[in-house]
Amino acid sequence: MTTHQGKGICPGIAFGTVYLLQKADTAIQQTPGGTPDQEWTRFLAAKAKADGQLKQLFEKTAAELGEEQAMIIDVQRLMLEDGDFNDAVQQMIQTEQVSAPYAVSQAGKQFSDFFAALDDPYMRARATDVSDLSQRLTDILLGRRHSHAFTGPTVVVAEDLTPSETLQMDRAHIAAFVIRLGSSNSHTAILAQTMGIPCVIQTDIPLDPAIDGREIIVDGTGGLCYLEPDQIVREKMAQWRQEARLRQESLDGLRGLPTATKSGQTVRLFANIGGTQDIQSVLEHDAEGVGLFRSEFSYLGRSDYPTEAELFAVYRRVAEAMGGRQVIIRTLDMGADKKVDYFDLDQEENPALGLRGIRICIDRPEIFRTQLRAIYRASAFGNIAIMFPMITSLWEVIHCKEQAAAIRRELTAEGLPIRDVALGIMIETPAAVMVADALAKEVDFFSVGTNDLTQYTLAIDRQNHKLDRFYDPHHPAVLAMLQIVADSARDNGIWAGICGELAADPAVTATLLNMGFDELSVAPASVLEMRKRIRDMD
Amino acid sequence: MVEIQHTIKDELGLHARPAAHLVKKASEFQSAVQIGTPAKMVDAKRIMGVMGLSLKTGDTFTMTFDGPDEELAAEGLKAFLAENL
Repeated sequence: MTTHQGKGICPGIAFGTVYLLQKADTAIQQTPGGTPDQEWTRFLAAKAKADGQLKQLFEKTAAELGEEQAMIIDVQRLMLEDGDFNDAVQQMIQTEQVSAPYAVSQAGKQFSDFFAALDDPYMRARATDVSDLSQRLTDILLGRRHSHAFTGPTVVVAEDLTPSETLQMDRAHIAAFVIRLGSSNSHTAILAQTMGIPCVIQTDIPLDPAIDGREIIVDGTGGLCYLEPDQIVREKMAQWRQEARLRQESLDGLRGLPTATKSGQTVRLFANIGGTQDIQSVLEHDAEGVGLFRSEFSYLGRSDYPTEAELFAVYRRVAEAMGGRQVIIRTLDMGADKKVDYFDLDQEENPALGLRGIRICIDRPEIFRTQLRAIYRASAFGNIAIMFPMITSLWEVIHCKEQAAAIRRELTAEGLPIRDVALGIMIETPAAVMVADALAKEVDFFSVGTNDLTQYTLAIDRQNHKLDRFYDPHHPAVLAMLQIVADSARDNGIWAGICGELAADPAVTATLLNMGFDELSVAPASVLEMRKRIRDMD
Repeated sequence: MVEIQHTIKDELGLHARPAAHLVKKASEFQSAVQIGTPAKMVDAKRIMGVMGLSLKTGDTFTMTFDGPDEELAAEGLKAFLAENL
């Protein structure tokens, strides 16, 4: 057994096997290991195995999300059998005498380039399906495990994780994240919170291929990882896990109960989500609404912009699943640590202070337009609100409202049904705090993004984990700002909420309620614990 | 040889899911099945080519059937298109 200390940022105990995430670009040998016939046989064997994996994935997806959703997996199976694709691989193996994995990766690239060059944005996005498939085949050929095909509880161990890497994983089987770098504000941390699984960052765990597939126990509370744990540790951790389960079960009784203090002060307890995959968790934990729908997730992990129809389908599903409960969609908050190639954003010296959030939407009206149309069209199917991120000036708010009004008129003229949509803004810059009174006169609500507000107030880069000791989310400067926001909202008759990490921080729950915040939006898994805390308050 | 024509009514066009259904349907028959426009015809039993046609709502395309069960194939695909696309 080896023990590795790190920083635990999401509590809980997880048992599983290690999946060591290696970067996919490790060189593929072009020279074949055998004769062309042997390489072709290798390819056929890999194909059969890939088809088996996809078949399993199809059945699982069909059972969980329905046959229609699963068809996208079926498309990959058809691509695997596609004559053109197989001909391309065979030709390369036979005439160019290259190795099977090399032929697959080249053919995959050829077809994904073909899709990427099409006019239709939807078809362009299918390039990802092709690369995904060729990645699956090369992984099989090279004996690497594919991160789509976890079996049993899996602990993902990596140097660091990008949003698109985590999005492509088989989330149902991920038991914990262990990363060597990372900060408590990073994307992985947020994802782990949403999924309600343990996460340990800044560990000294070796990224040695030998650890792949080994048994591991992760203690997200103490920040410890035990590789090949001995019997004593195993028993102790099993006991802790059991205690945590019992605690969770005791919270189940709070479902359906109001979130109110003993003296009767109520607060709306909402949840943060990244997409349709989180809805189940939101409903299970009985959140009263969605306080932050991080809409940028629909733009990550793909090779071209999502279409209006795709976005509409996502928003509609979330709105319908939530019934009459409010769903606050934050418009695209790309930039800073969230970037994708097809946005073609410049490399910036200082991305946190760069082209991000609402600035991208103002700069590129066509992107904003597509998203706003999709949101307004979905408004007919539930209780949707919109909020704009990274606001610093009054004119930006007025501009966004004008855009929204134009879309409303447009859709009404097209005869499409829409409902009233509340418009709010994120308060995450000191500038927005200082002009909150003026901003409050223009919008229906405020929602404070405490992570960014803290970063900008304290001048601390969230991504730089060496600064963690200087990062104080309870800094008096931050708390003073929160009070200004709550006061400005109340003075102008609008409501104010908090959707940053601070919303779930037990040390300040009472403070936030006393300040007068009306809504707290937290990770789905934290909802019932928050409800208990608030109900226990005087 | 038998030939049929169809105009796409589905709002999303011939996207991945209907394309997959179409390829599966075409593969049920022995005859050679082609799909496309006068500018470009592809094998309707091969998904990459069918998706690569990138046919949208309102587009009209042709399907041709050539082989022992061509009548049956044309009937089958005609019914499939009327119902799904």
